[in-house]
Amino acid sequence: MSFTPFRIPIVPQLKKNMILSIIEKGLRIDERKLEDIRPIKIITGYLDKAEGSAYVELGKTKVIAGVKVEVGEPFRDMPDLGVLTVHAEFVPLASPSFEPGPPDENAIELSRVIDRSFRELGAVELEKLAIIPGKKVWIVWVDLYIIDHDGNLLDASMLAALTALKMAMIPGYTIEGDNVVIDRESSSGVLPLKEEAVYVHIAKIGNYLVVDPSLDEEVVADSRIAFSISRNGRIAGIQKMGQGGMSIEEITKAMELAISVAPKYFNAVDSVLNKEENKG
Amino acid sequence: MKYGEKPQLIKENGTRLDGRRPEDPRPIYMEVGVLENADGSAFVSFGKTRVLAAVYGPREPIQKYMVLPDRAVLRVRYHMAPFSTGERKSPAPSRREIELSKVIREALEPVVITELYPRTMIDLFIEVLQADGGTRTTGATAASLALADAGIALKDLVAGVAIGKINGVLVVDIDEAEDMYGEADMPVAMAMRLGLITLLQLNGVLTKEEFAQAMEMAKTTLERVSEMQRKTLLEKYSSVLQV
Repeated sequence: MSFTPFRIPIVPQLKKNMILSIIEKGLRIDERKLEDIRPIKIITGYLDKAEGSAYVELGKTKVIAGVKVEVGEPFRDMPDLGVLTVHAEFVPLASPSFEPGPPDENAIELSRVIDRSFRELGAVELEKLAIIPGKKVWIVWVDLYIIDHDGNLLDASMLAALTALKMAMIPGYTIEGDNVVIDRESSSGVLPLKEEAVYVHIAKIGNYLVVDPSLDEEVVADSRIAFSISRNGRIAGIQKMGQGGMSIEEITKAMELAISVAPKYFNAVDSVLNKEENKG
Repeated sequence: MKYGEKPQLIKENGTRLDGRRPEDPRPIYMEVGVLENADGSAFVSFGKTRVLAAVYGPREPIQKYMVLPDRAVLRVRYHMAPFSTGERKSPAPSRREIELSKVIREALEPVVITELYPRTMIDLFIEVLQADGGTRTTGATAASLALADAGIALKDLVAGVAIGKINGVLVVDIDEAEDMYGEADMPVAMAMRLGLITLLQLNGVLTKEEFAQAMEMAKTTLERVSEMQRKTLLEKYSSVLQV
């Protein structure tokens, strides 16, 4: 069951005219240009107990991604493939609009949108994750924890998920008959990835398109759309969100914008991981 | 068909498994006013995909806090019947159904003039009776007809179709086999008169050139679907006017 949001923050609604009049001058309330993303901070290996993890700040939005790798049974129709599952929790400490309880439609949408993009790209090499084909495979859980909400949870979560997956190790194990015994103290290699993508979320405010909307901008946006962009500039997922619509021309413009912005997100991930390599 | 045995979805003469050309939708059927109790209802089928939609309201919300002072709250449930799929589907709402309820609600919000019905709720229930690909777009198409049938003020109708990519070819209105074994599924819904895309998702990978072509194919098809919607409504209501 999906409802028109009836608990909308009122202040940004009142700010709409102000936000729009500044955008008409080519700027935004936080002095960014329309196509600018907010500063990114990424901490890799944020958690010790997870097989891969990352902490990401996109402006004031903060997300933690933890990758856990467990032994499980494959899907019946895909007996030789590992399983990738993305889950998001909008924990109540992150925002006055988040309530305790099972994931709501926004959390479910976010996790499914990220899940689909990784899946369709074949980001994780699931065919390399069979332990005993048909019986035991690695199940890769990506859990996203939103801990501070200042808009654009999607791009921040995708960055966190991608970084955590790139960092993830598969635990060591021994096979005893049909059982797999995990030894988390050791490792049996890195999680095999072959494709990567980032999401670029764009809001339409009045007749303008702005990249990486803050919470205030999201609330007043007429409509929003996000494109998953792969390393080689292909589109690996789209989700239109929000209460309004967009013309084909606007969507095409948003797509071009997303393709041009995606390298900034990839650079942020790459520069952190390069530093990590130099350290170790 | 077992996993791994990917069928050849495009035959050598360029047609699809069921004989359609890439640009052909399946046979489409629409009817409004199919239910007695609902304030508005519609049945829409695209080939074997069959969907019922019903509208109740505008009415007083069940819970008093679920209101907006200046307009109606739209409540949408997309639900699949247990017998609609190959393997029985549990009637409990799945994560997919929760997401699609939101996506369909957001596809309809731009056309419903909710400001005319402040402090009320408009309920929209979509039941997929049989699923053979394109259920969310068929659902959105049926839902907008049901809203019109209920006499709710609309700026436009919403028509939907799923574009797919199978064996490297872009095709209109994919069915279940094409969705399962194809490379991409892109559901699109449009308010034609307003020129607005109100639902757009992509499950798969496309180049930007393919994306542009897919949008063009969606638009051409949806012009026809939306014309059929208009005729279906006119057929029912023009005879009412003559009485």
